[in-house]
Amino acid sequence: MKKNIIFFLIFLGGLITFPFVFENPFPRHLVIMILLYATMGIGWNIIGGYTGQISFGNAAFFGVGAYTTAILLTNHGISPWLGMLAGCGFSILLAAVVGYPCFRLRGHYFAIATIAVGEIVGVAFTNWDYVGASVGIYLPILDESLMNFEFHTTKLPYYYIILGMFLFALTVCYAVEKSRLGYYFRAIKDDPDAARSLGINVQRYKMYAFSLSAVLTSICGTFYAQYVLYIHPSSTMDLMMSIHMCIIVLIGGLGQLFGPVVGAIVFVPLTELTRVYLGSAGQGIDLIIYSLLVILMAILRPQGIWGLFSRGSK
Amino acid sequence: MSALLVMENVTKKYGGLLANNNLSFAVNQGEIIGLIGPNGAGKTTLFNCIACFCNVDSGRILFNGTDITNKPPEIICRMGIGRTFQIVRIFKEMTVLENIMIGAFLRHARRKDAERKAIEAAEIFGFTERLGLKASSLTISEQKFLEVARVFATGAKLLLLDEIMAGLNIQEVRESVELVLKLRQMGITLILVEHVMEGVMPIADRVVVLDYGEKIAEGSPAEVIKDEKVIQAYFGQKYYAKRREYTT
Repeated sequence: MKKNIIFFLIFLGGLITFPFVFENPFPRHLVIMILLYATMGIGWNIIGGYTGQISFGNAAFFGVGAYTTAILLTNHGISPWLGMLAGCGFSILLAAVVGYPCFRLRGHYFAIATIAVGEIVGVAFTNWDYVGASVGIYLPILDESLMNFEFHTTKLPYYYIILGMFLFALTVCYAVEKSRLGYYFRAIKDDPDAARSLGINVQRYKMYAFSLSAVLTSICGTFYAQYVLYIHPSSTMDLMMSIHMCIIVLIGGLGQLFGPVVGAIVFVPLTELTRVYLGSAGQGIDLIIYSLLVILMAILRPQGIWGLFSRGSK
Repeated sequence: MSALLVMENVTKKYGGLLANNNLSFAVNQGEIIGLIGPNGAGKTTLFNCIACFCNVDSGRILFNGTDITNKPPEIICRMGIGRTFQIVRIFKEMTVLENIMIGAFLRHARRKDAERKAIEAAEIFGFTERLGLKASSLTISEQKFLEVARVFATGAKLLLLDEIMAGLNIQEVRESVELVLKLRQMGITLILVEHVMEGVMPIADRVVVLDYGEKIAEGSPAEVIKDEKVIQAYFGQKYYAKRREYTT
């Protein structure tokens, strides 16, 4: 236990000092993307890993977060921070609307339903003129400030904002894991009928898990919108994006606190590096490699990479 | 003595099959009821009807005077009825302690409280030394006890135990008999579905016998084993006829 805390503090210290060691934008961007994907992975892990409800629609929450922030800022001049809260609200609403019917489905059927929902939201946004349809939204360039959530000369503030979000997500996940909520989630994953027989309202707890997952994914969407300053449906609510979240957790370790972190550390550099070195010619190479990784993991270590480290710790 | 659980004309059909036909009986506070009958008699179905894993077609079930017919299982559990499953359904990925904690969480929202309660329950069921083990590493009979411990931790007043003694050796049957008696001493009412007669007969206050979904006998164990219908149901018409020839 003590050893774990020390490792975590070293890890955290490394993250905090990283931008001072690497001053080039690219390494900073790389770690920003790792943290972004790790945060999304943590969000996915709560519904997919702990509660065992495989969702291929989580990108919808990312999109809702991004779009809510972007529209409130461009059309109404509302601060992205408030937009982030509004995005969380809409994401919870979406989670409730989707979850209510879909959580009556079990296993694969739930996964299939979430694919449909994710795609429906994507198609809706592609054809909805108010949100820029398929062209998307260019966010207005404002003065650099924390209030405006925009920085043009350096990536440093973005780095610390996403680090904060990541730590927030990690704390939420840790708190869930150590509370009744987390135990109930795992019970639902293991055997929903037995869980019901022990007084767990399975439907309600799945909703809690989905809402938490939605919130954590939604804040990532807000960050993405403010970081890239241009969003469109296929960059924010693509099916591929949901699959990425899932792959990250699968590689890292399903239902493990640090699983998504490890997964993102493996996943993101591969994507970014193939993008940088191979350009559009290399599109898909990263996915070929992940597929191989996922197959290998499934055969050799179903607990994910994190399972390699935590083995025997219990 | 007031009745804790009352079944009134409960009928459950699976298609054209009458799994439970017009069953009525009452269970008093603090009793141990043995529910026996040949395979397919509808014992597990009856459990499912009480704990509401399937909806009753007609009839009423009262618990403590409240109508609980067709209420969802989680509500039934909250009201104080706990059940185990014939085919064990422990949480395999969790440790023994965590399994029991899931039960304890029902009435203890904080983790520390639930853990304390779970450790207490584990002591009663003899799991103290195995708290950290993964539940799937236990033997089947231990897993069955773990299920009982888990549901006991919910603070249930009435326990429905589905064949916890099946497949146990004589020593283990004796242990589980003691356990059942210990639970009764704690004020818990129990209904046992059991095929192991040497387990259930000595401890049951009353026995209800089902056959083809109908109640064919009810009474003290001594009365029931002499009942002609029960003998017919268990050994078949042929044996029954032969036996009559010998005795008369």
